[in-house]
Amino acid sequence: MFEAKSLECVRDDRLLFNDLSFAVAESEVLQIEGPNGSGKTSLLRILCGLRLAEAGHVLWQGESIISNREDYYANMVYIGHLPCVKGDLTVLENVRSLLDTRSLSLGNEEIEVALSKVGLASYEDVPGKALSSGQRRRILLAFVELSQAKLWILDEPLTALDVQGVALMESMIMEHKQSGGSVVFTTHHGMQLECEMSSVQLGRKARG
Amino acid sequence: MWHWIQRFSSPKHFYVMSAPLITWFSVSALLIGAYGLYLGLFVAPTDYQQGESYRIIFIHVPAAWMSMFVYMVMAVSSGIGIIWQIRLADMVAAASAPIGASFAFIALVTGSLWGKPMWGAYWVWDARLTSELILLFLYLGYMALQSAIEDQRSADKASGLLAIVGVVNIPIIHYSVEWWNTLHQGATVAKFDKPSMHIDMLIPLLLMAVAFKLFYAAVVLVRARNEALYRDRNRRWVRELVERL
Amino acid sequence: MLKAYYHLLIRDLRLALRSRHELANPLIFFVLVVTLFPLAVTPTPQALQTMAPGVIWVSALLAVLLSLDRLFKLDYEDGSLDQLMLSPNPLMILVLAKVTAHWLLTGLPLVIIAPLLGLFMSLPADAVTVLIYSLLLGTPVLSLVGAIGVSLTVAVNRGGVLLSLIILPLYIPILIFGANAVDVAADGLPVTGQLLFLGAVLALALSLAPLATSVALRITASR
Repeated sequence: MFEAKSLECVRDDRLLFNDLSFAVAESEVLQIEGPNGSGKTSLLRILCGLRLAEAGHVLWQGESIISNREDYYANMVYIGHLPCVKGDLTVLENVRSLLDTRSLSLGNEEIEVALSKVGLASYEDVPGKALSSGQRRRILLAFVELSQAKLWILDEPLTALDVQGVALMESMIMEHKQSGGSVVFTTHHGMQLECEMSSVQLGRKARG
Repeated sequence: MWHWIQRFSSPKHFYVMSAPLITWFSVSALLIGAYGLYLGLFVAPTDYQQGESYRIIFIHVPAAWMSMFVYMVMAVSSGIGIIWQIRLADMVAAASAPIGASFAFIALVTGSLWGKPMWGAYWVWDARLTSELILLFLYLGYMALQSAIEDQRSADKASGLLAIVGVVNIPIIHYSVEWWNTLHQGATVAKFDKPSMHIDMLIPLLLMAVAFKLFYAAVVLVRARNEALYRDRNRRWVRELVERL
Repeated sequence: MLKAYYHLLIRDLRLALRSRHELANPLIFFVLVVTLFPLAVTPTPQALQTMAPGVIWVSALLAVLLSLDRLFKLDYEDGSLDQLMLSPNPLMILVLAKVTAHWLLTGLPLVIIAPLLGLFMSLPADAVTVLIYSLLLGTPVLSLVGAIGVSLTVAVNRGGVLLSLIILPLYIPILIFGANAVDVAADGLPVTGQLLFLGAVLALALSLAPLATSVALRITASR
C-alpha cells in the first residue's frame, strides 16, 4: 500500500541515509528508530512529500506521491513537532480548521465526541492560548481521530503528553491498526504497544 | 539519450571537459575583442552628431546586451535545474549571476560616462538606463536570496524560481519604463539613440558583442567549476582531485 | 475546493479580527508616511498636488510591504503551513484564500482611507476618484506578487529587508501606471489606458502568482 524505495537524504552536507527501502501494508505499524540527528524527522517529511529526497521514490498504491498528491493526501495525516494550534481560535475552531483543509465537514456533535475521547470534553470554547502544551497536543489527537485517514504518519506523537495522554495515543494506534489502518511513527520514549510492530533503524547502520 | 545527458551533466565530467574549453573561449574572446576595439576606437569614423565620445557604445551596448542575455541564461538554467533536477544547471545559474550583475553595472557606468559629455549630467532617467538599473536590482535580489537560504538545494530552486518570475516581469518592466520615459521627455529627442549605424560602426559593435559572449562563456565555466568543487567538496571525486595535487 | 477556499479565508479573517490591535498598523503607517511629505518639503497646494500621486502610491506600496510578513510567517512557525501543504486541495487555491484575506485586511483599508489622503495632498475630486480605482486595481496585485516574495523568504530569519529587495523591482510597473493615472486625472485627461494596464496586470497576477507562490512554498517550507 505504501512503499519507500531507495531513499537518500542529505542534510547540511551530511549523508543521513542511503538506499533506504521499506513497505507498509494495511494494519501495519512501523516504528522508525535512531539516535538524535539520524534523520528520523527528515525521513518522515520525505514520506509526507513535504521534503524531496536526494534520490528514490515514495509510492502510494503503486504511484509516486509527488505526481499523485491529491489521492495520497486524502488518505494520510501527519503530525510533526510543532503544535499547529492557533492561540486565537477556540479548541472547536482549531479542530474544524484542520479538518477544513481536508475538506471534511463534520457536525459539532462528532467533533465533541472526539474531543471528549481525547480528554478535552468541556474545552470546546476555550481559546488555544489558554491551554497547556499537553492539551494543545490533544487537539491534534482529536484531529487525527477525525481525519478519516488510512495512513498516520506521526513524528514524536508522545511529545508533551502526560501518562494518560500516552496511554490514549497507544490505544488510538491500536484501534487504528485493528480497523485496517497503518501507522508510521518515531519516538524517543518507549511506546508500549501490545501488537506486532515492524521497525526501521536509522543511524550508523542505516539499512531498512 | 537521457542517460547520456545525466552522465554528461555530472559535475565530475563537467569539471574535466570544461578545462580545454576555457582556454579556447578566453583566447578567442581576447583576439576578437582586441580587433573589435581597434576597429571601434581607431578605424570607425567620427560621428557627426556626437564626436569622439560616442565610442563608448562599443563597451556600453554589448555590456547591456550581455546583462539581458545572462539573465535569460540564468532563468533557463534554473528552469532546467528545477524541472529535471540537473545539478549542473543550478551551478551554471549561480555562477552566472555575479557576471550578469557586473555587466549591468558596467552598462550603467559607461552609460553614465557617456551622458556627461553629451548632456552635462552623470545621470539622467533615460528609459534604457532606468531599465538597466532595475535589472541590476533583480540580479542583486537573486544573489541575496541565494546566500540567505542555508540549504543549497532549496537556495538554488528558490532563487531559480525568482529568476523565472523576473523573466516574466522583465518585458512588463521594460514597457512600463519606456512608457514612463516618453511622458517625461519634454521636447528633447530620445537621449540614447544609437548614432545612425554606419557599417564601419556596426562591425566593431558586433565584434565586441561576440567577444563579450565568449568572455562570458569562459568566465562562467571557471565559476561553474568552482561551484562544482565547492558543492561536491565532500564527494569522492573532489577528494581524489585534491589528493592528486 | 471552493469550500476549502472559503473556510481558509474565514479562518484568516477571524484570526486577524481577534488580534484587532495589529490590523490598524499598516493603515496608520500609510497615513503617517504621507503626512511626512508636506512637513518635509512644503505644504503649498500646488507642490502637494504635484507630489501627491507619487507620494500616496509609494506609501501604499511600503505599507503593503510591511504587512506582507503576516501572510505565511505565523503559519510557518506554528506548523499550520505544513497542514496546508498536506491538503488534498490544490495549494494554489489555499494560497489564493490567504492572499484574499491579506488584501481584505490591508489593501482594501488603504483604498478606503485614500480619499482622506487625497484631501491632505490637495488632490482635486476627479483625481481622488481615479486614485481609488487605481488603488483598487493595484493593491490586489501588490498582495499577489508580494505573496511570491514572502513564500521565497519564509524560512529566512529576519527576511524583511530581503523581501523588499526582491519585491520592489516587481512592483515598479504598477507604481508607474498607478501614479501616472492619478497624475493625468488631476489635469483632467483620460485614464482608460492606465487603468486597463492595471487591470491586465491584475489578471496576469491572478492567474500566475498563486501558482508561483505554491511552487515556492514547496521549495522553501520543506525544512
